[in-house]
Amino acid sequence: MKIIKLFLIFFMIINFSQLKSDEKSEELRNQILKNIRCLICQGQSVYDSESDFALSIKLIVKEKIDKGLTEEQIYGFLKEKYGDWVLFDPVLSKNTYILWLLPILLFLLGGAIIYKYLIIKKKTKD
Amino acid sequence: MKNNFFYIVVGSFFIFCFIIFYKGLNNSNVYVPNIDNKKSIPVFIANDFFSENKISSEKIFNDKSYYILNIWASWCLPCRKEHSILMRLSKNKSIKLVGLNYRDNLDNAKKFIEELGNPYSQILIDKEGTLAVEFGAYGVPETFIIDKDNKIIKKFIGPLDLELLQEIEIYLK
Repeated sequence: MKIIKLFLIFFMIINFSQLKSDEKSEELRNQILKNIRCLICQGQSVYDSESDFALSIKLIVKEKIDKGLTEEQIYGFLKEKYGDWVLFDPVLSKNTYILWLLPILLFLLGGAIIYKYLIIKKKTKD
Repeated sequence: MKNNFFYIVVGSFFIFCFIIFYKGLNNSNVYVPNIDNKKSIPVFIANDFFSENKISSEKIFNDKSYYILNIWASWCLPCRKEHSILMRLSKNKSIKLVGLNYRDNLDNAKKFIEELGNPYSQILIDKEGTLAVEFGAYGVPETFIIDKDNKIIKKFIGPLDLELLQEIEIYLK
């Protein structure tokens, strides 16, 4: 009886960890699919799209996760096939310097203007 | 003086933005991946269209000749439109045409080939569309020119026409 109980506990633990790992890979899959642009319906992510292209990409991403590839490796594979634009979240590269740095520059420029006109003026008034 | 400088900077910034957005109005808002990079063809195993036997890419692209890979489907209307061009291309003995049947019903695809003729020396089945992704395709029809070193040297998105046929013939010379 004791052996049966132990066996059942062992069996449940194994099943539970299997479920957990399935859940994790499903989460990772959804996270990746939400960051891939559907090239047929370009405003949508592959996660939201049901186009033939999106269905194929969903299968490929699942296959690659099952093979043990990381998120970065899967993005690398897709970028090699379709370029940086296939990802919604572009990485910092020579093609995207302006995209990443312009908002920071504008923020600093705006900050400098505000500082100059509000704070310095206030000081001079005082 | 300082105020003038400020207005000039702000004015120039707005003019710069206006020019960028105005120029952007004329650009296509449909992204097309970079298609002129020489890339090696992927290594794969696929099922043959007629025998359904497995065949490897090494066996298909083993001749030191030019290949044209055409992705097609019976449900795709532009594929029907370009088929006559492919039939013309198949008469050129210096190239081999390979067809990739994309996410299709096999019976319908066979009827399509029976009706319009078979320009391909080999047709492969891509039931899930994953092989097309390996080639960097995202729809049908798409056509790739593959050189003697098994590198993709040109890709055509959309149906072939007489103008593109001439372009292909220039590549093959």
